[in-house]
Amino acid sequence: MKSIKIKADNLNVYYGEKQALFDVSMYMEEKQVTALIGPSGCGKSTFIRCLNRMNDVIDICKVQGKIEIDGNDIYAPDMQVEQLRERVGMVFQKPNPFPKSIFENVAYGPRIHGIAEHKSDLEEIVVNSLKKAALFDEVKDRLNDAGTGLSGGQQQRLCIARAISVNPDIILMDEPCSALDPIATARIEELMGELKTEYTIIIVTHSMQQAARVSSRTGFFHLGKLVEVDKTETIFSNPSDQRTQDYITGRFG
Amino acid sequence: MGFILISLIILIGIASYFLGNLRAKNLRTSNQKNLKSLSHYYGYYVALWAVVPALLILLMITSFKSFFIEQYVLSDFIALGSYTETELSLLFTQIENTALGIKLFDENTILINGAVNKLNYINKTSENLTYVTVLGLSGLLVLYSLFNINNKLNSRKIVEKFLLVLYFTCSLVAIMTTVGIIFSLLYETLRFFSQVPITDFLFGLNWSPQRVFVREAGDLDTRDLANAFGAVPLFAGTFLIALIAMCVSVPVGLLTAIYMSEYASPKVRDWAKPIIEILAGIPTVVYGFFAALTVAPLVRDIGQGAGLTVSSESALAAGFVMGIMIIPFISSLSDDVIKSVPQSLREGSYAMGATKRETIVKVLLPAALPGIVGSFLLAVSRAIGETMIVVMAAGLNAKLTANPLDAATTITTQIVVILIGDQEFDSPKTQSAFALGLTLFVVTLALNFIALQVVKKYTERYD
Repeated sequence: MKSIKIKADNLNVYYGEKQALFDVSMYMEEKQVTALIGPSGCGKSTFIRCLNRMNDVIDICKVQGKIEIDGNDIYAPDMQVEQLRERVGMVFQKPNPFPKSIFENVAYGPRIHGIAEHKSDLEEIVVNSLKKAALFDEVKDRLNDAGTGLSGGQQQRLCIARAISVNPDIILMDEPCSALDPIATARIEELMGELKTEYTIIIVTHSMQQAARVSSRTGFFHLGKLVEVDKTETIFSNPSDQRTQDYITGRFG
Repeated sequence: MGFILISLIILIGIASYFLGNLRAKNLRTSNQKNLKSLSHYYGYYVALWAVVPALLILLMITSFKSFFIEQYVLSDFIALGSYTETELSLLFTQIENTALGIKLFDENTILINGAVNKLNYINKTSENLTYVTVLGLSGLLVLYSLFNINNKLNSRKIVEKFLLVLYFTCSLVAIMTTVGIIFSLLYETLRFFSQVPITDFLFGLNWSPQRVFVREAGDLDTRDLANAFGAVPLFAGTFLIALIAMCVSVPVGLLTAIYMSEYASPKVRDWAKPIIEILAGIPTVVYGFFAALTVAPLVRDIGQGAGLTVSSESALAAGFVMGIMIIPFISSLSDDVIKSVPQSLREGSYAMGATKRETIVKVLLPAALPGIVGSFLLAVSRAIGETMIVVMAAGLNAKLTANPLDAATTITTQIVVILIGDQEFDSPKTQSAFALGLTLFVVTLALNFIALQVVKKYTERYD
C-alpha cells in the first residue's frame, strides 16, 4: 500500500442553489495516477478543481467538507492559495499557452514564485521542464518563438512543462487529451507514465480506455456522487456497483 | 406643387399595391395558374413600377426646368445678342421680381413686360405639363405591370433586386459625400498653395493670418504671405494639448478598464459602466464651460500659489478637460478587449499560483495590448479633432510654446477663428482654413487607419 497524498472527506460543492457534488470521500496515493471517469456533468471536473481551489475563482461556488494534502487542510483559513497552487499544478482540457514565447511560458511560474535567482538557473529550469515534458528536442532551436504557434499536442506538452516548472507535488489533468488527435494523445499518455515516478497525478478523462491504460486507481462519478472507487483492474473487470458496470460496458454515458 | 404631386404618387403607389395583390390572387384562384411568388410580392412589384420611375422623372424635370424656363423667357434678349451672361442672369432676376410685383427699373419696359408674360405663361404650363407627364407615366406603368403579371414573372426576385439597388444607392450616398468633401478640401487647398508655398505652410514658425488683411489685396508679396501662414505653432499646440489629454486619459482610462473587467462585481459594473459612458455623450461645449470656468481658474490659482506665471487660458486646463472627455473611449474599448482575453488564460495563470495582479500585468495586458493601443489611437484622433474645449479654455493665441501653463491654440480652433464672420472666399486667409482642414483630415485618417489595423490584428488572434 502506497502512502496517501490527498484525502477528501464528505465534500459537498454548490454552484449557487445547485449542488454539484454530494458527500464525496476518497483518497489518492502518492506517485500514482488516479483516474476519474464518468459521464458529462457528473462532477468529476468540479472535484478536481477543488484540489487546487480553482473553484475560488467562481463567485457562486461554495465548498463544504475537508480536503487534506499531506495531512494539511487546504481550505483552512491560513492556507495561502498561491502556495497551494505552486504545489498542485494543473493542465487544462484545451491547451492554453500564454501569448508569449515558449521560453517565457515555462519561465512564468519560476518568475512569479521567485524560484530562480539567476538567469542561468531560470534557463536550467526551463530546459529541464521542457525535457521532462518530452518537448525539448522539438523546440530547442526556437525557444523564443510564440507558444501559440505550436501544434495542439505540442501546446499541451508545453502546458505540462509549465505546470512542472515550479516543481509541484501533484499534477491535476482535466481531460488533457480531449482536444488532441490519437498520436498526440499517445505521447501524453506515455509522458504520464514517466511523470508518475516524480509526481502524484490525478486525471479526469472521458475515455475509459485511457483511464485503464494510465491509472492505478479509478473513481467513477455519476450525478455528483462518487459511485465507486477502486483499483483500476477491479473497476474495469469486476465493478461492485451496477451503474459502474452499465457505464463501462457502454450502456449509458 | 411638389408636395401635392409626391403625395399623389404615393397614393397611386399604395393603391397599385392592393391592385397587384388582388390581381395575383384572382389569377391564382380563377385560372389555377401557378404564380411563382406570393401575391403580395406582385403588389410590391406594381407599386414599384408606379412610384420609382415617376419620382425619377419628377427629379429630372425639377432639376432641368429652371434652365429651360430661363432660356425661353430670355429668348428675346438673347436674340439681341448684346448681353453678357451675368447681365442676362441679372435680367432674369429682374423679370422674376417684376412678375411678383416688385418694380425696380424702368428700362426696356416692353421687352420686360413681354418676358414677364412669358414667364407667367411658362410657369403655369410647365406645372400642368409636369402633373400630366408624371401622373400619366405612373398610371401607364401601373397598367403595364398589372398586365405583366403571369406565371412566368417572378416578382419576388425583382423586388429583391430593387432592394439591392436601393441599399447600394444608400451606401453610395455616404461614400460620395466623403469623396466630395475630400475634393472640395483638395481644391481650395491647392488654390491656397498656389499663393503660399507648401513648405512655408508646413515649416513656417509664425501664424498670423490677420496681417494679410492690413494690406491691399494687390499689394501682397509672397514673403509676407509666407510669414503669416507658418502652421508649426498650430501643429505644436495641437500636439501639446493632445499630449496633455493623453497623459490624463491613458492612465485613468486603462485603470478604469482593468477595474471594470477584472475587479468590479457584476452589480457595480451594471451601474458604473453606463455612467462612465455618459461622459462620452456630454456635448463638448459643456466640457468647454467646465474647462473655462472651473478648471482654468483653478490651474491659474494653483500655479500662482506655487509662484508660477500662468495665463488665465492655459493648454493645461484645456488638455486636462479634454483628457477627461476621452476617458470613456479608452476605458470602454480597453474593457471590452481585456474581457475578451480567453478565460482559459486567466485560469492558466491562476493555476500557476499567480495572484490577480500578476495575472493582469503579466498575462492579460500583454495579450490585450494591441487592442488597448488601438483604443489609445482612436482617443488621440478624437483629441486632435476636438475644437470647443480649446476655443473656450486654451485661447486663440498662436504662440510656439512647449509650456503647458501658457496659452496655446490648435488647428481646429484656428479654422473656427478664420471662418467666423464675413469672409471673402478667395483670400488666402480663408483658404488657409481648408489647408488646415486637409492636414487635420490626413492626420486623423492615418491614425484611424492604424488603429483599425491594430484592432483587426488583435481580433484575428484567438480564432
